[in-house]
This record gives sequence, C-alpha cells and structure tokens, in this order.
Amino acid sequence: MSQSGNQSGELKQTPLNALHRELGGRMVPFAGYEMPVQYPQGIIKEHQHTRAAAGLFDVSHMGQVRLAGASGGAAAALERLVPIDVIGLAEGRQRYALFTNEHGGILDDLMITNAGDHLFLVVNGACKEQDLAHLRDHLSDDCAIEPLHEHALLALQGPQAAAVLGRLAPGLADLVFMTAARVEIAGADCFVSRSGYTGEDGFEISVPAARAEALARRLLAEPEVAPVGLGARDSLRLEAGLCLYGHDMDAETTPVEASLTWALSKARRRDGARPGGYLGAEAVMDQLAHGVARRRVGIRPEGRAPLREGVELIDEDGRALGRITSGGFGPTTGAPVAMGYIETAWAQPGTKLGASLRGKVHPVEVAKLPFVPQRYYRG
Amino acid sequence: MSARRYTEDHEWVLLEGGTASIGISDHAQEQLGDVVYVELPEEGVKFAEGDQAATVESVKAASEIYAPVAGEVVEVNGALSDDPSLVNSDPFGNGWFFKIKIADADAVAKLMDENAYKEYVESLQ
Repeated sequence: MSQSGNQSGELKQTPLNALHRELGGRMVPFAGYEMPVQYPQGIIKEHQHTRAAAGLFDVSHMGQVRLAGASGGAAAALERLVPIDVIGLAEGRQRYALFTNEHGGILDDLMITNAGDHLFLVVNGACKEQDLAHLRDHLSDDCAIEPLHEHALLALQGPQAAAVLGRLAPGLADLVFMTAARVEIAGADCFVSRSGYTGEDGFEISVPAARAEALARRLLAEPEVAPVGLGARDSLRLEAGLCLYGHDMDAETTPVEASLTWALSKARRRDGARPGGYLGAEAVMDQLAHGVARRRVGIRPEGRAPLREGVELIDEDGRALGRITSGGFGPTTGAPVAMGYIETAWAQPGTKLGASLRGKVHPVEVAKLPFVPQRYYRG
Repeated sequence: MSARRYTEDHEWVLLEGGTASIGISDHAQEQLGDVVYVELPEEGVKFAEGDQAATVESVKAASEIYAPVAGEVVEVNGALSDDPSLVNSDPFGNGWFFKIKIADADAVAKLMDENAYKEYVESLQ
C-alpha cells in the first residue's frame, strides 16, 4: 500500500485507487485516504445490491497487524489490552474485540484471528497509528508487532458472496462465520475470514498489494459482483446495528455503555478463568455488576426525516435524555434508522421519545438492534 | 434558451408572471446523490433573500436550501413528501421545491443565466 502521503493534508491511496477511478468512483477523504464514497450506481442501489447479491468493498485503509510471540506468548500479551479470551481462541477462529484504556473507555474495535503461528489483527483505518503505538508501548517485550503495509483488504459481502468465492477457491464456501483460512485466489496468496460489516454473509480478504487489483477485477468479472463505496458501507452497517468507532463509541464510552457486553468473554469476567487483567478492567467489571447510567440503543424515527449524529433526544417536557451518534436513511428498511445513547431508564425498546431537529420535535421510538436481520453463515 | 436563472448555491429560479418556482440544479442533485427527504417551508412564510428556506437530505448528508430571492411562499411541492427521489430524476420539472410570489422581479434578472451557470459549474471542477 502506498505510504507516500504521510504528511498531514496529503491523502494516501489504496492499491485499488486507479480501479476506483476507472469504475467512476467519487473519491473523498476518509481516514487519511482517498476512498470511493460511491460509484455511478449510487448509494441506495449499491446498498440494495449488497443485500441481494454481492458487493465488493475496498477496505484497504484499515490497519492489518501481525503479532507473533514464542509459544503462544502473543495471545497472553494481547489479553492485557482487550477484555477478550484470546488464549482460548482456537487456530482459524476469529473474535471481535475492543482495546480499552485505563478507565474502561474504548480506544478502538478490532478483529483478532488466530492464524496459527501469529495473531492477525484488523483495526480501524483512522485509529491504526495510535493502535500500533499502543501495541508497541505495551507488548514490545513479549511479541513482534508487524504492520502489514503491503497488503490490501477487500470485502465481498452479500448472500451470493459464498457462491462467487467458492467458484474461485473451492473450500471457502464451507468456511463458517468468524473463522479464517489461508487460500490461493486467482493466483494470489490470501488470508480470508468469513466476516464483515454489513450484517450479510460475506468475506474479508487480505491480499498482497501487488495482487489486489487483479483480484478485484477477477471478482468484479463475476455476474453477481458490483463495486460498493463507503456510503453504502455506512448504511449497511447502520441497519445491521454495528458500531462505527469515533461515532457510536470512543475513549469516553465503555463496552457496557456501548451495549457490547456480549463481546466481553466469560473467561475475562469476575467469575471467569482469568478475571480482569486488561486496562480498565475494574471500571468495566464494576459496570457489569452495577449497571450503567446510559447506554447505546437503536432509534427508529417515526417520520421520514433522517436523524443524524448530534441530534438530541428529549422527553415530552423537553429534557435532554441522550443523543444520536449515527443515523441516516436505511435503504432496506425504506425509512430512517439511527442509534444513540440514552439514559438507561429510557432504554427499553418501544419507549417513545422526541428528537429535536431544526427547531421541530420529531417522534422516535427506542428500537431493538439490528434493524435488518443478520444473515451470517454458521454452517 | 430557458429563462431559468441560477445561484452559486446551485438553486434554480424560473419566473412566470410574478411567481418564481425554485428547485436545485441537475449538477446539485448529482453531487448530493440519492435524495431521501425534503423539508419544505410552509405556505405563507415570507423570506428575505438568502434566508434558509428548505432542507434536502441525501443518504449521506443534509444540505440547506436558501431563498434565492425575497418573497412569500405561495405553494410547495407536496409530491416530494411521497417521492423525494423526484429531485434526482427530474430536478428541473417534477422535482421543484416551492414557489415564491416575488417582491422584485429585477432580483431574478441579477442571477446567473444558463450559460453563466454552466461556466460557473465548470470552474468548480
């Protein structure tokens, strides 16, 4: 991947930059990269295509990191930074994780995969430099930390993704959700996981930068596949109830407040095999035991106006109860959808609230997440 | 050549009698992408030139529409409530936003004509 644009203000490019332009992608700055927000089809059609067939996303701006230590030392070391059971993660298995700070706030969310002789991490593009510094600060003595600058990351998402990849690499169709394998696709040595950020079945493919464009072209040549930009990626993940770092969670938000309690491994809880032992564990375990004052919920606006980040949620007397952190129009739901933080007493699905936008109060309802059923392949 | 006039904010104005129809240009709808909601002013509201008059929401973002000329809103395009995508499919026709009974016809004449707007858009590329 091109690292030429490290000076502030200058945007980096992914290995697929020329392809995006050829496909008519509208390029915008995102996480320090020049990325396609949409192609000529437009966000709604790209979104719908992903839900109906297979969408190809360039997510090469994300950070890919290898952690390697002697005799599984990397897993034990990494457990100091995440409230996740990494030691118990079997080879070929993947787990969602969070880097916490000393107050239990979320520094980033990430995927951890046991790749056999190393752990493979995928972190957010906008956080990757600070994540690397964080890893080096805490883990340098115990494992080698290797950022994979020369790798692209492609995501193929949608109900027909498995049929497409199965054609190019037999065996991939049998991979189940949250597992990974090293395979050759169209001559490229790839590390493929069955996961994604759309709520659909799908794959993420780590591929050497030099092979990325050829692989993307090969995938786009399949009749089910269309290129999909960041705009639809955002509406897809929002409908799927998935958090966007820096919006739906940040260093001031804990995993319990973010309604990510499901991600906290049993082994790392107070009554688990290895309780605590990560940054902020006391704060997180205290919240698990005693609850939190506010938490993340789904918000379904009753009208047609999209309610976006920053919109205040109020009770009927106009008292502020919380705030929307992500919101927009859901092309699959055919209506606006949002998520945000609300005082816990108001967090029950079905609770009626108001949202103030441009001087008007719009009725909204607390909703269960996700807005669109997740359709992961569990075998 | 059309009598349609344009602002630097990519609104168009078409004067017929003393009433000006207002919408956004094809360039603007293309830049916005899929329009999913339009918040229109109420009939009877009076705007000064440059007042915030409407909001158009695409999948990605909300954009404000400013009154290109002063006057009183006499009609709004109710069809946009049911089908906001008319702004994308027919920005100069069925995708109009609202009509203003204008105070000063000369204010419209001061706006850019078709050619001047075309040059303006090209200068932005």
